[in-house]
Amino acid sequence: MAKQLGRDQQGITLRGSAEIVAEFFSYGINSILYQRGIYPPETFTRVQKYGLTLLVTTDPDLKNYLNNVVEQMKEWLYKCIVQRLVVVISSIENNEVLERWQFDIECDKTAKDESAPREKSQKAIQDEIRSVIRQITATVTFLPLLETACAFDLLIYTDKDLAVPEKWEESGPQFVANSEEVRLRSFTTTIHKVNSMVAYKKDSFP
Amino acid sequence: MAQFVFEADLHGLLKLDTPIPNAPPARWQRKAKESGAPGPSPAAGVSPMKPANRSHSSSKTPSRTPGKSGSKIQSTPTKAGGDRYIPNRSTMHMEMANFLLTKENDPAEESPTKKEQQKAWAVNLNGFDIEEAKILRLSGKPQNAPEGYQNNLKVLYSQKATPGSSRKNGRYIPSMPDRILDAPEIRNDYYLNLIDWSSQNFLAVALDNSVYLWNHTSGEIIQLLQMEHPDDYVSSVSWIKEGNYLAVGTSNAEVQLWDIQQQKRLRNMTSHSSRVGSLSWNSYILSSGARTGHIHHHDVRVAEHHVATLAGHTQEVCGLKWSLDGRYLASGGNDNLVNIWPCTQGDSGDFAPVQTFTQHQGAVKAVAWCPWQSNVLATGGGTSDRHIRIWNVCSGTCLSAVDAHSQVCSILWSTNYKEFISGHGFAQNQLVVWKYPTMAKVTELRGHTARVLNLTMSPDGATVASAAADETLRLWRCFEMDPIKKKEKEKANSAKSSIIHQGIR
Repeated sequence: MAKQLGRDQQGITLRGSAEIVAEFFSYGINSILYQRGIYPPETFTRVQKYGLTLLVTTDPDLKNYLNNVVEQMKEWLYKCIVQRLVVVISSIENNEVLERWQFDIECDKTAKDESAPREKSQKAIQDEIRSVIRQITATVTFLPLLETACAFDLLIYTDKDLAVPEKWEESGPQFVANSEEVRLRSFTTTIHKVNSMVAYKKDSFP
Repeated sequence: MAQFVFEADLHGLLKLDTPIPNAPPARWQRKAKESGAPGPSPAAGVSPMKPANRSHSSSKTPSRTPGKSGSKIQSTPTKAGGDRYIPNRSTMHMEMANFLLTKENDPAEESPTKKEQQKAWAVNLNGFDIEEAKILRLSGKPQNAPEGYQNNLKVLYSQKATPGSSRKNGRYIPSMPDRILDAPEIRNDYYLNLIDWSSQNFLAVALDNSVYLWNHTSGEIIQLLQMEHPDDYVSSVSWIKEGNYLAVGTSNAEVQLWDIQQQKRLRNMTSHSSRVGSLSWNSYILSSGARTGHIHHHDVRVAEHHVATLAGHTQEVCGLKWSLDGRYLASGGNDNLVNIWPCTQGDSGDFAPVQTFTQHQGAVKAVAWCPWQSNVLATGGGTSDRHIRIWNVCSGTCLSAVDAHSQVCSILWSTNYKEFISGHGFAQNQLVVWKYPTMAKVTELRGHTARVLNLTMSPDGATVASAAADETLRLWRCFEMDPIKKKEKEKANSAKSSIIHQGIR
């Protein structure tokens, strides 16, 4: 009886941690797409997650695209070979990078499949994720307006010797020229730690 | 201007994401310069409506700001020159390819220290070690938003007054305020509640570290209090229902109670640990919301005033309102949550919210109960949300939601007409009167030159006072009762009382 951990106290395994982080990315990217107006707001629907009302897209192509990325991320997180996920927002006309959302992932390589689950309550992780997502929502108050129609790109920084899977290609870092950076909150599952930050183009008028 | 040129050059050199300025121009660049004429048939993805300024590129390379010569990429034609061999160059990484090609010409042998240095530079600039990691990108871009979709943010933040909204609404609402009062030093902080209007027709206004009372009938102004410390400020004011006591919340976590007739402080209740941004009365219970997210109930009649603590928010509580029948307390916070609290404790002895609404995407400061329909609550969200939502707190459903296109700071219901008014911020700083339940706009009241911070209503329900960051208070006569209708109402009220009299006799 004392040995049975309650559901919210079950330890975090490597696979569980990978799922939590991949799920966070899925909702985080959806939030960014909604808040920055990359896609029309009517195409988003509300779901309950992390005790918040989040907006996710209903567009089937976009959903498919994001699912591919998230599935791949889960795999790579499990193997601890992914270092960073970047959402690049660039103008469609001239491919100029306007905004860059960077999520750094620190993976504890000592955590293996067989090792004992780590102690951290689901609730604590949910609270941390909730703060990050709320911060992403609140960034609209200081990020400059995206005047032109924009498209987004997802970049993943992986270990050098990873075999490039089908559908993926190598790319450059796509930095924002003349950027202003803001560091956001981070969250950790004790196996993976995710730091977030956003870089945006400084307005040309001082 | 020379230092900007130098700086720009330095930036251009250090950042590896712009093409090398003195490199021989790439083949496509040369071609674009030569041709000069409008390019070939537009490649996929470029709509014919966007003309490329190609004719200008041959004569002069336009630069955005004077002195910025470092990044030449902005001066090349807007669409990277497509030609019949490679129609769409946007999927190629010209800069990277160019760099890698030219890099091969450099001598391969370098001293170990130089290698270390270069490695350090690379890590610094790229943010990661190129030797250790590589960047992958999912090929095949997802479908972009359909043509003609203009980025929503630009539309809503540059909204001009819509001519269609000024239609006949059946009654005349003056578009100019009745009076404009000066409110110097008013704090431009969204989270504070700095004005309140008493049932005795006194308007209390908190200006930084003092509170002033303005008598609406006589027009005279009294300074009620001034904080002792110059660094402290008043963060909220709230009148008791009878209008003889004023509760004042301060930045040093105190809740003070002042007697108006004697202009004396009766009590100084300390129980919070951070500034008290919101207050609400329920007969003798005063509820206060603080920056920590805690709400305290104070029984002002007894010495041990702190009778309950409600912990439901993780960030500042900016909206706090007891319902008119005193059964529920609605609280809105900076954590985007709306909590509905019962007036009595639950079984465990703790207060727990009967409802929590998470739909708002921004801070909820505007909270108002409907006076003629029980259990109906209106809430408004901040900049990230901009929506007004109407809830039924018993069932927990959202009855309607409307996009107000601007930060909502306050909502007030009007009993005279079945309407409510909301105060807004950027870009028009207007007050909007909405019809309930159709949610149609009755009128928009403009005049403030900076965002509206608070709204409060006169005791007769005819005038709304708005305080804004432009240091003015404007009084709008928007809910004035028609004198004929007023007489009918009074007759109806008096008729009822006479029947009762007859019965008692």
